Amino acid sequence: MRHIISILMENEPGALSRVVGLFSQRNYNIESLNVAPTEDPTLSRLTVTTVGDDRVIEQITKHLNKLIDVVKLVDLTEGQHIERELMLVKVKALGAARDEVKRTADIFRAQVVDVTPNLYTVQITGDASKLDAFLQAMAPVGILEVARTGVSGIARGDKVLSL
Amino acid sequence: MELLSGADMIARFLQDEGVEYIYGYPGGAALHIYDALFRQDKVKHILVRHEQAATHAADGYARASGKPGTVLVTSGPGATNAVTGIATAYMDSIPLVVLCGQVMSHLIGDDAFQETDIIGVTRPVVKHSFSIRHPSEIPEVLKKAYYLASTGRPGPVVVDIPKDMTAPTERYEYVYPKKVKLRSYNPVTRGHTGQIKKAVEMMLKAKRPVFYTGGGVVTGNASEGLTDLVKHLGFPITTTLMGIGAYPQSDRQCLGWLGMHGSYESNMAMHHADLVIAIGARFDDRVTNNTSKFCPTAKIIHVDIDPSSVSKTVRADVPIVGPAASVINEMISLVQGKEVSQPEALAEWWQKLDGWREERVGKLYEPSQEGEPLKPQEVIEAVCRVTRGEAYVTTDVGQHQMFAAQYYKFDKPNRLITSGGLGTMGFGFPAAMGIKKSYPDDDVVCITGEGSFQMMMQELSTCKQYGVGVKIINLNNGSLGMVRQWQDLNYKSRHAQSYMESLPDFQMLIESYGFTALKVERHEDLEPALERAFADKNELVFLDVYVDPREHVYPMQVPLGSMRDMLLSKTERT
Repeated sequence: MRHIISILMENEPGALSRVVGLFSQRNYNIESLNVAPTEDPTLSRLTVTTVGDDRVIEQITKHLNKLIDVVKLVDLTEGQHIERELMLVKVKALGAARDEVKRTADIFRAQVVDVTPNLYTVQITGDASKLDAFLQAMAPVGILEVARTGVSGIARGDKVLSL
Repeated sequence: MELLSGADMIARFLQDEGVEYIYGYPGGAALHIYDALFRQDKVKHILVRHEQAATHAADGYARASGKPGTVLVTSGPGATNAVTGIATAYMDSIPLVVLCGQVMSHLIGDDAFQETDIIGVTRPVVKHSFSIRHPSEIPEVLKKAYYLASTGRPGPVVVDIPKDMTAPTERYEYVYPKKVKLRSYNPVTRGHTGQIKKAVEMMLKAKRPVFYTGGGVVTGNASEGLTDLVKHLGFPITTTLMGIGAYPQSDRQCLGWLGMHGSYESNMAMHHADLVIAIGARFDDRVTNNTSKFCPTAKIIHVDIDPSSVSKTVRADVPIVGPAASVINEMISLVQGKEVSQPEALAEWWQKLDGWREERVGKLYEPSQEGEPLKPQEVIEAVCRVTRGEAYVTTDVGQHQMFAAQYYKFDKPNRLITSGGLGTMGFGFPAAMGIKKSYPDDDVVCITGEGSFQMMMQELSTCKQYGVGVKIINLNNGSLGMVRQWQDLNYKSRHAQSYMESLPDFQMLIESYGFTALKVERHEDLEPALERAFADKNELVFLDVYVDPREHVYPMQVPLGSMRDMLLSKTERT
């Protein structure tokens, strides 16, 4: 099963490599990864999506917790949560397709954020499956480039991941 | 207020931390530190002949004393040479602080002379690592390094020190930090009381219980408590290779050690048990054999300080995360004044255990006959007799390691010093050196083989320089015995690269360093040679003992089988 693990860690050089290294060292999967400092500049928040059965996920969280740089973590998929990813897509926008791209973007609540005579750059946010669906819809028109941030997430309700 | 350079801070910190010996090798990036060490006389530096030996020596000291060992090496090759020793300590959870010189900060990343990203290289084999970014950080970072290395589940910590951080021209305030705190590191200090109660209830009700304890009991200083608990309950106990001596092996309740080359009775007990009480052991593949057939009828209580060890390979029915000593003490207070509820079943269990033990008496190996080469097992038994079972015994890796563990009887923890997890050939001799330096009045003997010894024999020179009187028993069978054994069993005796041609004349080699060496080929020469070897505690003596190359280590678990599936000799199988 797919899990989203959100990690608060020391914003120190080398901390990220320890987390990433752990996954390859122990033969775990990383499907996506994103990381940035939080409102507290000494802390970074890292979100990793991974796949594994309960036993593997238990080991992943235990080993992550063991890393000295990891301060706290939560497996968001254990509870209700919000999951988002941002994607920028460059698509061909010529002739009749130009309107079609705009219409499809509107349907997906995506925005055209850059325009040239030949292409549109579309920005879209959502969960991974929505982004996949958008790419599918754009495929016949011609996708030129895709940049996805990887999944970020947060628990619903009163639950807070902080120190 | 005292102003010190980074290098002087390091020297001063080591003094304040109470470090007596530091093992290392100088080089460009570490020279400021070496100069600072030169200008003081409290911390003694032992110059090894290869950085791997520095890590093993510090590791040996750490295993014998329970305190962190300290290593100092230079950047690049100095640091990479130390990696095998760091990995060895990591696999066996041994506290080690490794200070590595590094090229100057402004050169990092330029592929400068003797530059290696040692933090990156060692990342998978350290508990943690630090890079010094400002000289003023040095006292705090070093304190953190020692704190991390020695608390919780111990392990090696690497500190990378760019040369400019130790420059003699820049001085900063030095205060010895008595305590440090890391917000992300809070090792558990006790187990969950509810879980411990549950475990004790199961223990009191068990019909066929067995304790299975490991290196965590040794490093966690829990062996006294364990002995009390096991004696109070009257249960059998088996230990891992790393846990040998945590419970006196000469006691009737001790079944020996378990696993691939463990005792018949230990492995049989595990297979038939209804309750396995694992403490400070990690269900390693060399213990469990095939996990799907492991202990089919047992419930499992697993006490470990490291949550990631619990249920990693074998699911625990009662997991308890906590230090061995405190959990055991809590168990003792809970069993105090209570008796087991199934005394008849336990008596029946002991009948079975004694039966298994009885079955193998006199059959463990065939002693050599007149005119035949010595058996390695006989040699170990003789070493044990001559040292009255009280020596620190280090080993290298292979058949001799297993024989040493099987035939030397250990009644104290921290006495068998062996690379269990990584299985590092070359470990034994430098480890013995590190122990002997700190325990000069004790017998320290390295049981080795001609294959392993040649991996670190350059340290003879170090022993000469510092007058280190270790004893080396070289079980010389002219081949890589364990490899050969596997080739005998699995490759129709095709001995691919497992023989040693062109061995040196060890006697001449050792004598060239000014030490005593004796060649032992005949039965009647063995005991006198050993008496001679152990006559003077300050003298390094090397015994080159020729043993039967055809000998195999038994019992040996059958691959993919259960605990009880064992080869017992070349012709017997369970």
